Amino acid sequence: MAGQQRVYRQKIRATSSLKKIFRAMELIAASRIGKARLRVEHATPYTRAITRAISAVAAHSSVDHPLTTARTDTGRAAVLVISADRGMAGAYSANVIREAERLRGRLQADGKEIVQFAAGRRAVSYYAFRRRELAGQWTGASDAPDRETAREMARALFERFQASKEDGGVDEIYIVGTRFISMVTQQSQVLRLLPLEIVEGVEETEEGEIEPLYDFEPSAEQVLDALLPRYIESRIFGSLLHCAASELASRQRAMNTATSNAEDIIRNYTRLANQARQAEITQEISEIVSGADALAAS
Amino acid sequence: MAGPLTVDVVAPDRVLWSGTAERLIAPTVEGEIGLLTGHEPVLSVLRAGTVRVRGGADGDAEFAIDGGFVSFDHDIVTVVVEPVVATGEAGETAAH
Repeated sequence: MAGQQRVYRQKIRATSSLKKIFRAMELIAASRIGKARLRVEHATPYTRAITRAISAVAAHSSVDHPLTTARTDTGRAAVLVISADRGMAGAYSANVIREAERLRGRLQADGKEIVQFAAGRRAVSYYAFRRRELAGQWTGASDAPDRETAREMARALFERFQASKEDGGVDEIYIVGTRFISMVTQQSQVLRLLPLEIVEGVEETEEGEIEPLYDFEPSAEQVLDALLPRYIESRIFGSLLHCAASELASRQRAMNTATSNAEDIIRNYTRLANQARQAEITQEISEIVSGADALAAS
Repeated sequence: MAGPLTVDVVAPDRVLWSGTAERLIAPTVEGEIGLLTGHEPVLSVLRAGTVRVRGGADGDAEFAIDGGFVSFDHDIVTVVVEPVVATGEAGETAAH
């Protein structure tokens, strides 16, 4: 009987130390998320400006450039998956990887070969476990990405895009990441980086208005050449920032749930322990009383 | 004359300057370009130099840049600079 009580006490102790860890993780995530959100907000105007400029060039010039024309000669597509470095973020990494697998299935159905890139230890270990070859991997800074990493990724992906078929060139570049919408909503999404998919922010010419003639200096081609690496880099960096904010938000939410679950468990075990103690006392009393009764009767 | 220019100077990690101004001078790869209202739409690559904003609502501003580009459309100027070191913001006396 006393053993039962001890078991419960042990479980309570274990759960409350876990609870402390969950609480700490939650607080850490909460303290970092403000900064991550701010970084997303600060980087957005830059990404938007570049996207607008690119769209303007695409819409107002007729140059033949890899950016605006689709390539179909290699039959390969590069996919960059951005996940977390650590767990304890609920289904965050699992969602991204599931989205990536869906994209993989779709591309393979189209007869494309996948060139896989992965960022974040979770995605890297997922592909390593399945013995899929990674063309590039980056780990270690999923919750605080820096520009250097983004530049490296951009360079690796862009090299693939420019390479010939024999050197492992690709037709398309996709990023699978998570978009930070709000503290409670994060959406895993697939973004096609190249060839350019979205033409957003270009103003529609109103009826009767003459389409503005853009002046490109030095020339449309050179402007595109200068913009393209920046575009890729800023899109990747933007995605990384979104993913970092999403990761922290998921972690905060997951840890919050874990903490309250731990509290529930502690409450239940406390009740069971109290019950066991009470049962023990009752039994002892009845033993004493019946012992006394037996003595008095004799 | 038409209204003032809407100017945004953005760096990769933040917005450096945003507001209205009369004039913007930027160092393009082919020489300095001065933008006033009513300029034709232009998209130009910048070289290292100084971007100058003149006649801003809260004073003038100057930014030393290593490169970037400027786009002008419908009196909206967007200067994208990369990487940048902000010099002393000339003309901005007791704004803080």
